Formats: sequence, C-alpha cells, structure tokens
Amino acid sequence: MNLQLTEDGRLRHLLTLDGLPRAIITQILDTAESFMDVGEREVKKVPLLRGKSIFNLFFEPSTRTRTTFEIAAKRLSADVVNLNIATSSQTKGEAILDTVDNLAAMHADMFIVRHAQSGAAHFIARHVAPHISVVNAGDGRHAHPTQGLLDMFTIRRYKGAFHNLTVAIVGDVLHSRVARSQIHALTTLGVPEVRVIGPKTLLPTGVEQMGVKVFHDMDAGLAGCDVVIMLRLQNERMKGALLPSAQEYFKFFGLTPEKLALAKPGAIVMHPGPMNRGVEIASEVADGPQSVILPQVTYGIAVRMAVMALLAGGTTA
Amino acid sequence: MKIHIRNGRIIDPLNARDQIGDLCIAAGKIVGNGHVPADFHANRTIDASGFIVCPGLVDLSVRLREPGYEYRATLESEMLAAAAGGITSLACPPDTDPPLDEPGLVEMLKFRAKNLPGPRVYPIGALTQKLEGRALTEMAELTEAGCRAFTQADAPLTDTLVLLRAMEYAATFGFSLWLRPQDVALAREGVAHDGAVASRLGIPGIPALAETVALATILQLARETGARVHLARLSTREGIAMVRAAKAQGLAVSCDVAATHVHLSENDLVGFDAHMHLVPPLRGQRDRDAIREALRDGSIDALCSDHTPVDEDAKQVPFGESEPGASGVELLLPLTLKWAREMGVPLLQALDLVTWKPAQILGVPGGHLSVGACADVCIFDEAAEWVVTPQALASQGDNTPFLGHPMQGRVRYTVIDGHIDFEAPH
Repeated sequence: MNLQLTEDGRLRHLLTLDGLPRAIITQILDTAESFMDVGEREVKKVPLLRGKSIFNLFFEPSTRTRTTFEIAAKRLSADVVNLNIATSSQTKGEAILDTVDNLAAMHADMFIVRHAQSGAAHFIARHVAPHISVVNAGDGRHAHPTQGLLDMFTIRRYKGAFHNLTVAIVGDVLHSRVARSQIHALTTLGVPEVRVIGPKTLLPTGVEQMGVKVFHDMDAGLAGCDVVIMLRLQNERMKGALLPSAQEYFKFFGLTPEKLALAKPGAIVMHPGPMNRGVEIASEVADGPQSVILPQVTYGIAVRMAVMALLAGGTTA
Repeated sequence: MKIHIRNGRIIDPLNARDQIGDLCIAAGKIVGNGHVPADFHANRTIDASGFIVCPGLVDLSVRLREPGYEYRATLESEMLAAAAGGITSLACPPDTDPPLDEPGLVEMLKFRAKNLPGPRVYPIGALTQKLEGRALTEMAELTEAGCRAFTQADAPLTDTLVLLRAMEYAATFGFSLWLRPQDVALAREGVAHDGAVASRLGIPGIPALAETVALATILQLARETGARVHLARLSTREGIAMVRAAKAQGLAVSCDVAATHVHLSENDLVGFDAHMHLVPPLRGQRDRDAIREALRDGSIDALCSDHTPVDEDAKQVPFGESEPGASGVELLLPLTLKWAREMGVPLLQALDLVTWKPAQILGVPGGHLSVGACADVCIFDEAAEWVVTPQALASQGDNTPFLGHPMQGRVRYTVIDGHIDFEAPH
C-alpha cells in the first residue's frame, strides 16, 4: 500500500521522496517552473486554491520553512492558519490525534506538518479523512520532501539535467532528514553518482544501501563533483561524543575556497539553511559566485506552490 | 473431576511420544496416557479426534499488568487470554508498579491469581530494589514468598559491580538470574535495530553491539561466580553465537527468544507501524534467520510470548513515542506451529520449546504428560485457520504486529490442574 498515492497513481499526500515515482517528481518540478513568474507579478497571486484552508501544523519550532509554506499558500489564494503547537496545547498533554481531529472539524483541506518524530506525517496521514492532504514539512531524521524537491529544482535550473552529474552531500547525514530526501530524489532522477562525505560518527549505519558512495576524506569526495550540498551541523552535535569541536570539524569537513577548487569548475554549492558560517561553510564560499543558496530559497516557494496545487487537484497556473 | 480425552494425537516431548490415544485425568493428575485405567469413569469426555493433545504451554514472560497498570490489562483478562492460548503456567516479570521487590507484593499477586481461573502464575522477583539497579532485593525472602527467579526485566542495570554482587548472592542460595542482555549506553537513544531500515526511516537505532557487549559481561561474570543465568529475549545472530559457544564450553546457561522475533524483522518497520515497536527491537533478516536455525538446533532453549499488553492510546502516537511491546499469549502456539511448518520441524520437537524445556528453566511441575504428572493439558486443532483481530483475542491488549494476519492452529481446550479452564466456543 502506498500511502501517498491514490489508486490511479496521483499524489494524495507528500510524505517522503523514498519510492515517489520519477514521473511525479518531474511533474512537480515542471509545475513549479510554471509558477516561477507569479512572484514577479504585480499581483503575486493565482486563484487556484481560493476557498481552501491550509493549516501549518508545526509541532517543532521553525520560522523559515513555515514562512515559505505560508507565502506559497497565499500566492495560491488559500486561507492559511499557523499553529505552533510546540508552544500550545501539546504541552498541555493533548494527544496529537485530538489536535488533528479538532482542526479537521474546522474544515481543513490540507495539513502542513512538522514534527520531531520520524514517521509523524505518515501517522497523521493514516488518520485523516479522505479529502484532507498531508504535506510533510520535516519529520525527525526521516524526510523533508519539499526541501529535497526544491534542491532538485535548483540543480535542474543550473545544470539542466541529472544523468551526467556527480553530487556530494557533506556533513551530518545521520541526523539529516534533508539528506535522506535528497538522496532518494537524486537516485530516482538518475544521478549516476551520489556521494556522502563525513566522519563515521555522522553517517548512518548502512547508508550505502541507499545507493550512495561513502567518503571520509573530503578532498577525495569533492574531486570531480558538479554539485556540492553542505548540511547544517547543529550546535548540540559539535561537542561530546560525535565531534570534539567545531574548529576541528571545519578543518576537515568545512567547505573552503581551497576545498571547493577540487570540484569541477562551475560546480554549484547548496545549503538548506540556516547556515553556520565558519562551521560547515566558509563565508567566502557561501557568498561566492558558485553559491546558489539564496536562489534555493526563492525556488522553495514555487516548489511548495506546485506541491499544494497538485494535491488540491489543480495542474498548472 | 475425571476427564477422559479420547482419540487425540498425544504429543509429549519429554517422553518422545507422538501417537493417537486417550488421556485420562483424575484429581488433578494424569492417570492414563495411551491407555484407560481399569474402573475409570469420567465425569466429562472430550472427543479429541483430529486434535492434538499436548502438555499445557509454559510461557516464560507474561506481563499481567497488576499491580499498577490495570488500565492496560487486568489479572482476570490476561489469565483468561493465556488460558485461551493453551498456557497452563506462566512467569510474570516484576516490572509492575510498584515492582515485585518485596514479599508482600508477591504474596498478594499469588493470592489473587490463585483465586482466578487460568494458568499457574509464577512471579519473577525484582533483582534490585525498585528495579533501580542499586541495592539487591531480599532474594531469599522473595523466594519463600514464591519467586522462581530474579530479573531486572527491561530496567537498566548500569553498575557492573551490582551485577557481580547479585550473581554472587544468588549463587550463594542457588537462585536463578534472568537477564536480558542490553548495554544501556549503547541502546540509549534507540527505538529500532540500527541497520539499513532504521537508517532509511531516520529512526534512532540500537546496535546489535548493545546485546553482545552486555552478553560478554554477563557470561564472564557467570563463569566467575557460578551463578545460574538464563538469558532472556536474545535478538542477534552474534549474541546467539556467543551463547552457543559458552554452552559448548560447559557454561550452564539457558536462553529464550520471543515468538515475534522468529517471524518479523526490521523490514516490517517500513510504514512506521507502532505495533512493530518491540523490546528488544526487531533485528535484521540474518538475525531472524539465525534465531530460526538456533531454535532448530537446540541452541535456543525456549520460545515465549513476551506478552506486553499496551493500551491503544500508547500506540496511537508516532513510532518513536509509542510504548514498546506486543500482546502475545494467544499467538505463542500458532507462531510456534508456523515456524515448525516453515522449517519442516516435527511437532514433537517444536512443542518441546513451549512445554518441557521452559518448565525446566522455570523449575516447575508440568510441561509433560507422564502418568502421575499434574494435569496441565492443551488440546488444539492444528488445521484451524483464523485471522488475528481485536475481537478474536481475549487479551485486553489489542497491540499485536500480526493484526489482520491469518494464523493456523487454535486451542480448543485448556486443562489446568485437572479443570477445564478454557473451552473454545463451537
């Protein structure tokens, strides 16, 4: 049973890119392309989701992702309600399903869900009424499919195709839902070589079974890459048993102009944000000519519009 | 009460017997096996034609949830469920609230259980006070109150010195220690097997090392102290190999696995079903295969249900937040039969793992059908097919990974101490 597809193979929920057919990923990217100019119009709106209620259901604090979903929904003319449940009823012990049922009773059409537990979006998707769609906006270490999609959108815009690329994902893959979604999307779209680079403490057991090549030496891992994706290293990982210090991490796994020079000329540098300058990436690189980090943010709105439009049954703008 | 069980296929592993015949019961004892004693007049005759008649099952781990967790299950509901599963003796771990760490609590539980229909209940005492892993319990007093062994259940024991002292003290009296090997630090953040599936799903893992590192310590301490150790719920291929090697070197240890782990693996976690959240975690395919083989070659001594009824609310949350455990007393027999069918193991050998062998580990009567033995008998229909649904289960815990699965083999009668404590509706 595939929870996120309808019986005739259309998108029902967006929970993970693991197992999502290539045709659907491509359809989302193409649809996003058609939304690219909406943000540049004088009236930045299309009426596709007029009258629809979209609930941003954030069980874990987030500003950036929530905001881009909100902008995307508003550009589609939907009504958006933001709930930061991390600071409301969940702390009073209300069960997650009660929260969801209550919001469904307010005639929600779509839930955008972020939760600290892997599988939380699946869990909610399994319980909602048939007319409600669930979009996973990040669940634990498991998946962040819209981020993965906007990264694919970015790569396609800058590199044109996927079949001839070498892509490296660098850093804390172990704790990263973004990395997992990127790996699934890249392998599904036919990227011949996906690499992960990091110390053994930050790579998950058996990660090669996801179809990636493992490198512990960053110089070797970056050689010949077309795309370098840096992952955020969260503060709590930087000392203790995973890593001795941020300084040592930067020395061996931080992206500097010297390290980037090992990749192909014209390689692009990506980062899902928010960045730790001087920890995983040097400012010269982050702000340099090869960085596409800010365009990623812009594309994120178009990609999220595409996902919501497809889920709500629309096709193109 | 005299019961005449006619024409069943009597399978009695201890006596290596598998043949069609009659079993006669009087005054709580087996008085005839294969023949009917002269002047035996039964009050009740059971036609067991087409059924299998075997010793009542002995289950080494059944959580009855009393005291403290009555909202999850009660003694009444779970003893009835165990009887419906053909179980006539069960060991209950001490992880109740309060834990079974003082004689009064054990006596109360035994007293309550004795006055209810259902299996013989054998409490396993807490190894340390409040299961906190610091101070030893009054093991001798607890034994007098009815405890058959001592365990931490799933509570951590981080202090190796306490474990050493516990073994020395238990060895002084010849008491048995039941230990589930798991290194607390290595398992700290995990809720699933640390393997390719958990990595893919982003679920924090418990490495196989958590079992083998703890096992190495336990085996070394057992060698040194001469303590009687039973290793509970092994889950890894490497762990099984270590126990097999220790036995070959002459160390007197025994071990068991949970029936769930004979059939399921990490692959069943795809979809994040909280019913697959078990302790120890469902491991890899090769671990599951090693368990299946070790049951066949005798390296694993017993199969148990590790029955853990959990209320629905505690499973209706995302995987990592859910309460671990599966309800299982009514599935122990069908899951044992399923393994035997799939592996081509004769029933005589398969049923040994749930009758005579666990009875020896627990050190209790029952588990065989010799004349003069206590009349604990399970009569089941090997061919009966049914589907696992909440309605089909007597347990208050509907939490099983097998919901919706077809099963083959169902208990028709359970006789405990010469009384028919369970009779399937026709």
